[in-house]
Amino acid sequence: MKIAVCIKQVPDTANVKLDPETHTLKREGVESIVNPFDLFALEAALRIKEAAGGEIVAITMGPPQAETVIKEAIGYGVDEGLLLSDRAFAGADTWATTAALAKAIEGLGEVDLVICGKQAVDGDTAQVGPGIAQRLGLPHVAFVKGFREIDDKHLVVERQMDDGYDVVDLPLPALMTVVREVGEPRPPSLKGKMRAKKYTVPMQGAVELGLDESQVGLAGSFTQVVKVFAPSHSGDRRMLEGSDEQMGAEVIDALVDTQVIMVGS
Amino acid sequence: MDYFFTEEQEMIRDLCRQIAEERIKPVRAELDEKEEFPSEIMKALAQADLFQIIIPEEYGGLGGGCLENCIAVEELSRACCGVSTSYAASFLGAYPMLLFGNEAQKEKYLPLIGSGEKLCAFALTESASGSDAASIQTEAKKDGDSYVLNGSKQWITNGGEAGVYTVIAITDRNKGARGATAFIVEADDPGFSIGKKEVKMGIRASATSELIFKDCRIPADRVLGKEGLGFVVAMRTFDKSRPGVGAQAVGVAQGALDEAAAFARVRKQFGKPIITFQAVAHMLADMAVDIEAARALVYAVARYVDSGAKDFSKVSAIAKVFPTDMAMRVTTNAVQVLGGHGYMREYPVEKMMRDAKILQIYEGTNQIQRNVIGQELNKEYGRKK
Repeated sequence: MKIAVCIKQVPDTANVKLDPETHTLKREGVESIVNPFDLFALEAALRIKEAAGGEIVAITMGPPQAETVIKEAIGYGVDEGLLLSDRAFAGADTWATTAALAKAIEGLGEVDLVICGKQAVDGDTAQVGPGIAQRLGLPHVAFVKGFREIDDKHLVVERQMDDGYDVVDLPLPALMTVVREVGEPRPPSLKGKMRAKKYTVPMQGAVELGLDESQVGLAGSFTQVVKVFAPSHSGDRRMLEGSDEQMGAEVIDALVDTQVIMVGS
Repeated sequence: MDYFFTEEQEMIRDLCRQIAEERIKPVRAELDEKEEFPSEIMKALAQADLFQIIIPEEYGGLGGGCLENCIAVEELSRACCGVSTSYAASFLGAYPMLLFGNEAQKEKYLPLIGSGEKLCAFALTESASGSDAASIQTEAKKDGDSYVLNGSKQWITNGGEAGVYTVIAITDRNKGARGATAFIVEADDPGFSIGKKEVKMGIRASATSELIFKDCRIPADRVLGKEGLGFVVAMRTFDKSRPGVGAQAVGVAQGALDEAAAFARVRKQFGKPIITFQAVAHMLADMAVDIEAARALVYAVARYVDSGAKDFSKVSAIAKVFPTDMAMRVTTNAVQVLGGHGYMREYPVEKMMRDAKILQIYEGTNQIQRNVIGQELNKEYGRKK
């Protein structure tokens, strides 16, 4: 089975700087780590490979320094890596990002399974995984928390829901995004780390992917970050007193008054 | 201190430290309390290739030596000596195969041990035979193409958890120390079973069990080396493994100093952190002196062993005695620095003190080590006339 895992390098600190023009995060010069959710995607890929055999390719898009997350992935035991890096990719939103990632996955040949973390901790959109599936015409299951069956033709997965989970039979090829419950990431291996030291990360830009500059980066994006700010929590606060029933009724009244909820007749 | 490790050695240290912090420290108290074998941690160590360290490259390993083993064991011991004992005991069982195994035996067993698929164990001690190893009673009788083992082994680390055992048994009672032979026994061999699992003072995460052989029939090709070499196998194995026990001691002691120094900086009495009182600071200073001296000794002996030295029984014994006596002192003093807190199981130092004690006892008591050193001195000075 050939598995592609999409990983993202994210800033390791809360003190990140913003680019005043694009309003996106300035990544150069800030220490980066593998997006924590993507470590679960790597772990899921390694477990599926253990069960069904095959090959894992880790892909990331980012500045040249993002090759460190590919090397880290090699340390965990993935077989190959690929870095998508090009000045033209700068300022990409999730739409433009999926354009590059989907092309790169197509370029790998017959990929049976694409795995992503449920979301990145910097952007928090959770759009890239499903976006890639859409572009590649693949079925996808988001928020996978476990596997019941694994073979060459299909997976039976558990999809986390708010109240319990669904069991989904997923024919391959397919894409899934995974949550923490899929399994604690293993430590890197000595052999993997030694291989990573010597590993030259292949790099592709827009030209190699066969993408026009208008399809990628800021130019290929439908959305633009205008402003990033922490929401303020300056709302009024009221402490209620009385019996549970009384306080419950007061809460309902307050929510109706402020039109947070509507009560039917 | 920079001990000028290679890049590979630094990787081993960093990876073991990471696993110790992330996987071992959070569960060590619970493993100790429940006397539970750390199966999950063993799995993580296997996934990290840490059982490959001393396995030669031609069998899929990393081809490291005594120093690489010491580096790994020290870091794991810093978090939990029960875990590091389970890990190191697998190498103790594997050394006889590395040193005396034939090609077929190495090809069959080393990859299994290196991948962590099977843990290994070493079985010499019996209820009536400890320091006097030549007095073992377990017998192996040749019968056609097989040997039949009868008897029992006591206090075997990884007993019941290991898949492969190196067992020393008597093949010719008339030949004394030359009448013992080393065998490879597999967990599912007929007539082999696990007896009582011991309850212990320390290293309680490790499994220590009795092995029972009742007409246990094994193929004749399981002999390591040849018949009669049993004690040579055991002694050469201990020569290789003893610096590893010294490394455990350095790790436990360092873990204890970590706790004691951190505590002494925040614990206030008479309005000041207790580390500012000379009585406490000097205790911590002595601990640091002790640890660094032991560490330098362990690394130096490990490097000497790896250099291809032939005769290293004496220095190997020295690298066990000094660090393990040191660890007992340091962990006891760490409890003293923490005072009442240190005596409580809520803090990790009382466990470290309990764990340190075994290091003076197992793999040859420190008294036996001194016998080895004394005998070697007698030989050396006899030659120097």
